[in-house]
Amino acid sequence: MKIALCVKQVPDTSDIKWTENNTLQREGVESILNPYDVYAAETALRLKKTYGGEITVFTMGPSQASNMLRDILALGVDNGVLITDKKFAGADTYATGKTISAAIKKVMPDFDIILCGQFAIDGDTAQTGPCIASLLNIPQVTYVKTIDEIKGNIINVTKQLDDGVEIIKVHTPALFCILKSEFEPSRALINGIIKAQNIQIKTVTLEDLGLSTDEVGIKGSPTYVSKAFRPEFKHLKEKHNCVETGTGAEIILNKIKEIGVYK
Amino acid sequence: MTGGILIYAEVTKQSFVHTVFFELANKAHELSLKLNNAPVMAVLFTKPEMLTEYKEGFTYSGIDKFFVFEDEKFENYNTETYANLIVNLVKEVEPEIFLIGATNQGRDLAPRISSKLGTGLTADCIELDINEKGLLAATRPTFGGQLMATILCKTKPQMATVRPKVFKPAIDIIKKDTEFIYKQVNPEDFINNVQLIKFIKEYENNLNELDSAEIIIAGGKGMKGEEGFKLLKELADILGGTVGASRGAVDLGYAPHNIQIGQTGKTVTPKLYIACAISGAIQHTVGITASDYIICINNDPNAPIFDISDTGIVGDVFEVLPKLIEILKNSKD
Ligand SMILES: Cc1cc2nc3c(=O)[nH]c(=O)nc-3n(C[C@H](O)[C@H](O)[C@H](O)COP(=O)(O)OP(=O)(O)OC[C@H]3O[C@@H](n4cnc5c(N)ncnc54)[C@H](O)[C@@H]3O)c2cc1C
Repeated sequence: MKIALCVKQVPDTSDIKWTENNTLQREGVESILNPYDVYAAETALRLKKTYGGEITVFTMGPSQASNMLRDILALGVDNGVLITDKKFAGADTYATGKTISAAIKKVMPDFDIILCGQFAIDGDTAQTGPCIASLLNIPQVTYVKTIDEIKGNIINVTKQLDDGVEIIKVHTPALFCILKSEFEPSRALINGIIKAQNIQIKTVTLEDLGLSTDEVGIKGSPTYVSKAFRPEFKHLKEKHNCVETGTGAEIILNKIKEIGVYK
Repeated sequence: MTGGILIYAEVTKQSFVHTVFFELANKAHELSLKLNNAPVMAVLFTKPEMLTEYKEGFTYSGIDKFFVFEDEKFENYNTETYANLIVNLVKEVEPEIFLIGATNQGRDLAPRISSKLGTGLTADCIELDINEKGLLAATRPTFGGQLMATILCKTKPQMATVRPKVFKPAIDIIKKDTEFIYKQVNPEDFINNVQLIKFIKEYENNLNELDSAEIIIAGGKGMKGEEGFKLLKELADILGGTVGASRGAVDLGYAPHNIQIGQTGKTVTPKLYIACAISGAIQHTVGITASDYIICINNDPNAPIFDISDTGIVGDVFEVLPKLIEILKNSKD
């Protein structure tokens, strides 16, 4: 079983600060592994444990992202690939999908499955996974809760929908976008950390991919941000201390009627 | 024939087409007025004969042309089959704009199509407009709702998925002489890499209720257990709302995972959000700040939830909630 794991380093969105001009302050914001990708990584590790095989983790990002790759290698992932080039900067989901799919084709053309997180908490588009699958022309299943069984080139997965789950049979090679699950993700053990230090992270640049400058980064992106702004929250912040008065219920009732959501 | 706005009519098991279709239809009509009355078109996959009963209704949704793919096998959605057929249709019709509901299915299908076409796609939009150059300006929240971005697309069609329940539906309002065009489907169009084995219904109360609810009663760790959540359910039932939860409550098993709200759960936009015994951690509040009105009940006057609430009640949920329920019940009789 050859598994390609795609992860993203994202700014910790719980730690967002604003500059005086109402733009996002990017400096000093901590970078973390996208929380959904933690579960994709865990799924890969569990599959490897059960079925054997090899996991290669891919990320596209600046050179600092190699630290994150090393953290993932420490969990028991075999190889790491950093897809990095100044020309990749500013890529939208299409250009990102194109770059990552080209890197997988180059480094691990004989993959059986590709695992991605369902969303990234910064952009939250949920598009890069399906983009990669589409460009590689392989089937995809999104909103995957669990990968249940692998028999030869058939994989059974459970897909989470709004009102229930679907049990789905998929032919490999295929791509899966993994939701967060209930299980506790693995932590790196000291052996793993030591082992990870000795793994050579492979760097892939534009030149290695055989794509032109027009196909990647900002130039290769059909979409662009024309305006970014801070949404306005107009919350009134009325505070009523009702511990003594006991009038909390009445205040709420009046408010509910005032807003007109309940008659 | 080129130009116009194409929308995807998602077929659901419950109601033939998903309500987001009518919302898209309404918005598409509005956009088309800004594009010299460009035609509004829709595409639909269905089992044979199913459409007959709905046809008349669809002529009131402002659709000029309805492209229909009919086959027994369209009982279940299939990403690759649908995407390939739509890609061919788009190449033939060449719409300027292509809109898809940001449902599970829409968010699975749309990027598959846009990548095949090599065009741009903006995800999960909450506002659409035509700018001064006649381009689609699609606005969406990013960074967990803390930043809004308006996105343009250099290529055609300009694609976007659109969050359900943000636009008003066009039901019975825009009468058109809708032309229904049945597209040929061939056996080789069906791709069987992915097969549905079975569907298991889990929730009567599904995630969609959080998406569409006008009132959400959410509980946190301070609700102390499933018993506490029963109070919330009781209140929600009286008010015609639904129940949500913080991760604090979900982690302790007070509430199921599918109703978690926040950074790693749902983003909600109800008219009224009542946060009960929720501290207001940023990972929770990013999922609720777009609510029209927020009320909180917390016995800690310094809890951060007060900073993002319109009305804050410092008090004990186990005193305030039962009393509120009682008053509401009495006033009903
Ligand atoms: C990467 C990441 C992602 C996360 N994603 C999410 C997410 O999606 N959603 C989410 O909710 N959290 C998320 N969290 C967790 C978040 O940081 C908080 O830990 C969580 O929201 C706390 O839940 P809580 O408010 O229910 O519990 P607590 O913080 O423990 O708050 C309980 C509150 O109840 C009040 N209280 C107690 N008893 C009573 C009473 N009798 N009457 C009135 N008030 C009472 C207390 O004063 C307190 O304010 C995430 C965290 C991380 C690190």
